[in-house]
Amino acid sequence: MAKNKKIIYLDYAATTPIDSKVLKEILPYLKQEYGNPSSIYNYGQKAQEAIDKARGNVGDFLNCSPSEIIFTGSATEANNLAIFGTVRAWQKRGKKPHIIISQIEHHAVLEPCKTLEKEGVEVSYLPVNKEGLISVSDLKGAIKENTVLVSIMYANNEIGTIQPIAEIGKLLKKFKILFHTDAVQAVNYLNCDVQKLGVDLFTISGHKIYGPKGIGALYVKKGTEILPIIYGGGQEEGIRSGTENVAGIVGLGAALVEVKLRQAEVKDLEKLRNELIDGILKNIPDVKLNGSQEHRLPNNTNFTVRGAEGESMVIALDGEGIAASTGSACSSRSLEPSHVLLALGLSKEEAHCSLRLTLGRYTTEDEINQVLKVLPSIVNRLRQISGIK
Amino acid sequence: MTFKYSKKVIEHFLHPKHWGKIKNPDSIGDTLNLRCGDIMKIYIKVGKKKKKEYIEKISFETLGCGAAIATSDMICDLAKGKTIKEAKKISFKDIAGELGSLPVQKIHCARLAETALKMAIKEYERKKKK
Repeated sequence: MAKNKKIIYLDYAATTPIDSKVLKEILPYLKQEYGNPSSIYNYGQKAQEAIDKARGNVGDFLNCSPSEIIFTGSATEANNLAIFGTVRAWQKRGKKPHIIISQIEHHAVLEPCKTLEKEGVEVSYLPVNKEGLISVSDLKGAIKENTVLVSIMYANNEIGTIQPIAEIGKLLKKFKILFHTDAVQAVNYLNCDVQKLGVDLFTISGHKIYGPKGIGALYVKKGTEILPIIYGGGQEEGIRSGTENVAGIVGLGAALVEVKLRQAEVKDLEKLRNELIDGILKNIPDVKLNGSQEHRLPNNTNFTVRGAEGESMVIALDGEGIAASTGSACSSRSLEPSHVLLALGLSKEEAHCSLRLTLGRYTTEDEINQVLKVLPSIVNRLRQISGIK
Repeated sequence: MTFKYSKKVIEHFLHPKHWGKIKNPDSIGDTLNLRCGDIMKIYIKVGKKKKKEYIEKISFETLGCGAAIATSDMICDLAKGKTIKEAKKISFKDIAGELGSLPVQKIHCARLAETALKMAIKEYERKKKK
């Protein structure tokens, strides 16, 4: 890592720095206001009031009743609760459930579904087109008599493709099938009115929206049958036991208020994002943009760079003080290329040679220019080493 | 996902000495890791010293992660000047050892480098018999 150089952070899809206003609101609940919200003395009640206020903020943001919000320890947990909770409730009736998800869901949705599949639950994995979009008519065709839940992410974390959530919501209304969307990547930029979207379950995360880590929330539409996955003292209406993460909840609420205030900035971010895409496509030969041009998150870029492997580009960029991510995860658990890029129809080699740069609230034009300055020579060098030009 | 690499791995990744093709090589070891997709090629040119064959020139071309490039460069360091008999004995453990430390998940890169060199030598010996 280059020392004494400011880091150029271009991995906002992975996590975001906490907003200073949000931090200020959180701090008292880590120190002075340490009361347990379940306690009836004044100290505990102050914590309870803070939670109520944050729940109101979330309700305002999602256009739902605060009582429809369940706070969880992460968005992964919220996704697990949405899937296991509704399927288990259905199984109580002794029926065999069927779930529909897309092939490009986040692991926090894929893995719960695979686990249920091993237990005998039917799961359909909808394919996507080369832009990463599911087809609503495919979805309609996949519906069965025993379909209980559809879970389609709002926007993809790797390629930024935005799914037609409102259209899906409209379709599923007719079938009385529960509709869950993992909206973690969407909250900063897209309409999150759960009424307009027609969803029954909606997952959000704190740390993707300039709030703290370790906090997520699930919107559960009133009347939805759902069982807990964590049992204990009966907090969160019995759906999520465990002493509330007061500071985290306060932070999530405050972060959403800030997101709403900053909606005008989205256009500028998109412009900056386009400068990055255009610059890379222009300055580096043999590069392809993965995902959709039109249906794309305003902060996402994902490229396949022929002849330059993803991780090696990330390490070389790190050497220049730029924090990026591989488009494809050669993760510690698996060496397989990204399931998302493969679902788009990319070859293993193409998926292997991909780079994700995600912009955010603090990204500047100078930073984009710096990337455009150093990336071509990094790619050129790696191509020389690989012998693939 | 990226890994915490040692300074030596990063050094060999950022400034490899042995990359590129050799003109008229005696043989090429060409390997592919089907799981992670790394492609590694080792070029060798064999010389003779006191009736013993040795690796006179060696180079690599690698499409792969930081560890794949670093291990490619390191095996070239280790093999250069060695007799064929000695070069055959170079194992992934030697490569990882010389690099200081290699993340467990990246040991397969060192194995790939070992395989590539062994393939190059085998190919050389096969050609010689003809």
